[in-house]
Amino acid sequence: MTDLSKAGPMLEVTDLGHTYQGKDGAHDAIDALGFSVGAGELVCVVGPSGCGKSTLLRTIAGLVRPSRGAVSLHGSPVDGVPADLAVVFQDYSRSLFPWLSVQRNVEFPLRGLARAERASRAAEALASVGLDKAGRKYPWQLSGGMQQRVAIARALAYRPALLLMDEPFASVDAQTRFELEDLLLRVRREQDTTVLLVTHDIDESVYLGDRVLVLSKSPATVVAELTVDLGAERDQITTRASEEFVELRARVAGLLQGVPQQRSVPVEH
Amino acid sequence: MRRGPRFTAGLVGLVGLFLVWEAASRTGLVPEYYLRPPSVVLPTLVRLLGDVGFLRAVIATVLATLIAVALSVLIAVPAGLLLGSVSWVRRAMMTVVEFLRPIPAVALIPLALLTFGTGPDTKIVLATFAGLWPVLFNTMYALDELDPLHVQTARAFGVGRLGVLTRVALPSAAPFVLTGVRLTFAMSLAVVVSVELFSGGTIGLGQLVLEASAGASQMDVVLAGTVLAGVIGYAANAGLEKLNDRLFGWNARGGER
Amino acid sequence: MRLLKEAGQRWVVFAVAVLVWELLARAADDVFFPPPTTIAEAAGELWFSPLFGEHVVPGVGRMLAGFATAAVVGVALGVLLGRSATAMAYLSPAFTFIRSIPPPLLVPFFAATIGVTSMQLPTIAFGALWPVLLNTVDGARSVDATKVETARAFRLSRAQWLLGVVLPSALPKVFAGLRLSLSIALVLMVISELIGSLNGVGNQLVQAQRDYALPAMWAWIVLLGILGYLFNTLLLLAERRALAWQPGHSPEAKTLATGG
Repeated sequence: MTDLSKAGPMLEVTDLGHTYQGKDGAHDAIDALGFSVGAGELVCVVGPSGCGKSTLLRTIAGLVRPSRGAVSLHGSPVDGVPADLAVVFQDYSRSLFPWLSVQRNVEFPLRGLARAERASRAAEALASVGLDKAGRKYPWQLSGGMQQRVAIARALAYRPALLLMDEPFASVDAQTRFELEDLLLRVRREQDTTVLLVTHDIDESVYLGDRVLVLSKSPATVVAELTVDLGAERDQITTRASEEFVELRARVAGLLQGVPQQRSVPVEH
Repeated sequence: MRRGPRFTAGLVGLVGLFLVWEAASRTGLVPEYYLRPPSVVLPTLVRLLGDVGFLRAVIATVLATLIAVALSVLIAVPAGLLLGSVSWVRRAMMTVVEFLRPIPAVALIPLALLTFGTGPDTKIVLATFAGLWPVLFNTMYALDELDPLHVQTARAFGVGRLGVLTRVALPSAAPFVLTGVRLTFAMSLAVVVSVELFSGGTIGLGQLVLEASAGASQMDVVLAGTVLAGVIGYAANAGLEKLNDRLFGWNARGGER
Repeated sequence: MRLLKEAGQRWVVFAVAVLVWELLARAADDVFFPPPTTIAEAAGELWFSPLFGEHVVPGVGRMLAGFATAAVVGVALGVLLGRSATAMAYLSPAFTFIRSIPPPLLVPFFAATIGVTSMQLPTIAFGALWPVLLNTVDGARSVDATKVETARAFRLSRAQWLLGVVLPSALPKVFAGLRLSLSIALVLMVISELIGSLNGVGNQLVQAQRDYALPAMWAWIVLLGILGYLFNTLLLLAERRALAWQPGHSPEAKTLATGG
């Protein structure tokens, strides 16, 4: 087991299922989900709206206890919130703490560290998202895109082994979204972070991911797994115009619409 | 914004209030014997403020109020956090709370005087009883309104249950608590004054005013005491509002909630 | 099953508290703290005696009349003044000042001016006026710009505008103010009767204090608690009815958040 954890994947999801007990009966959000993420990978999970992507993410983060199946991180099962994991949520305005300055928001998860260490890590993280001057401001004094940068900086300052992102760019305008996508790619290259990103945007999943997991409608299962061979250096204009990109996004779109022949696409891994 | 003109207008309004009062008194609209005009009352107030006995009474009242407010906060905030975050405790305690809350603290005055005597303890105990509720309920409801995403964010960073309570729940409840404190101060002051009014043996502003009103002999003192109590209440409210703006500017201008 | 458990949780602590009180009071045998059974006995005698008609009815009647007067005047004046930024710029500090006077301190002045036996109702009406008034002003002020423009576009008459748009928009705040006013009215009822009155529950409390009739005193306190609960519940019901159109309205949270 110890050998495996070294060589094997960082995150392993096996046969995961979760059922919500609602007022009008049970509702399966996800079912029989299985995949893995290797160290240093950026994996995008794409699926139709309301298919249970958020549930999947919250289960991995230990915020929701799954009804069935297992999640393991570094080879040991997740039971409660793992220590070296950070989450960036879609709704930055509600995930940043309005009563803390930007600096203090970024320092929030660094409780155990010495004061100076906290400050320097926060400064470093803020610099890496291009907000070195905003530390003393409050979240509500920043634009939406800048607030989401703060949320990303906070996750980075925590130096997680695994960074989970729940539709992180869904609430910002298109221009900002491109900037933040490139920011994520750069930071991830520099810091070699492992990222699992959930999105409903096909283009985004292909543009960002090393691999794309396509989920079905609720209850979500993995329909297909595509490797994205676009290289490490990507560009909003040329990459998106490239033939591979166009071809991949068409395949993902086809899979999402449930076009039958796409099911036979061999899992490229 | 236009703080200057607004401020002036407000001042004009306050002066106007005193002018109307003066006029009502001078024209005999309200018998002058009872409603002494401010031109008499304000000099009386100034004279009283130089009087040691009067000042001692005022200090006794204010001090008892402040102690009661502090005790209310110390009891009600932890209690509110507990009731607001553990549902079975809430269910278990709410019946007792709902039974106690509607009892007006002033109704307990005769009983408390018999039991605790006429010392300051009586005032403080009753004012604390009255002052608990606004802070308790505001803390509880603030926890109901707590944003689940804030909690999830903290938990995702490995913050435990107690940490969520102190680092997320408490700061987001703080503005509500302070609003509660404003009400609590007004309530506590009212109850302290009531005890002093009812019991001749309790030193304080209320007792002074009641004594002066006996036989309507010193109505200027009655009105001076009443105006001063109003000033104290006004100052406390304005001070707490200012504190709120300073501490919780994020709440007012955030505008998201 | 779960409902049963929750109901149990709801009442078990209360029942235990009363039981413990009973046992402690019996064991301590302290005149100041009679056991609940003794209080209940006294309550049974007092509440259903002619005293109810002689004291509870007139006292509570004055309280309700004073509260109603304050409510009507406060809402009407508040709706009118709230739509005039200029008027409120001048009046707001003066009103806030009057509101800041601890209401019980009004009693000596009113007692001297109007007379100890007839000052209760005016004191209650005056003291209870300010929270409704100021809260209504606040509510009326906050009618949003879209509603103002919509009303203009439809060329509403002034009455339609005030009653059909301003008042409903202000209602949540109005009720917040009414609740504060109600509690002030109750406090003023009791304190004004304690200080001097021919009748009323407060009068009976003083009587019981003089006679060292502690069970009677407790019985009157419990009655005041019940009355307070009753009136507050009625107000809440009225609020729920009046605000049923509001999505996600939870009266408690709103009242306390706005504070008054």
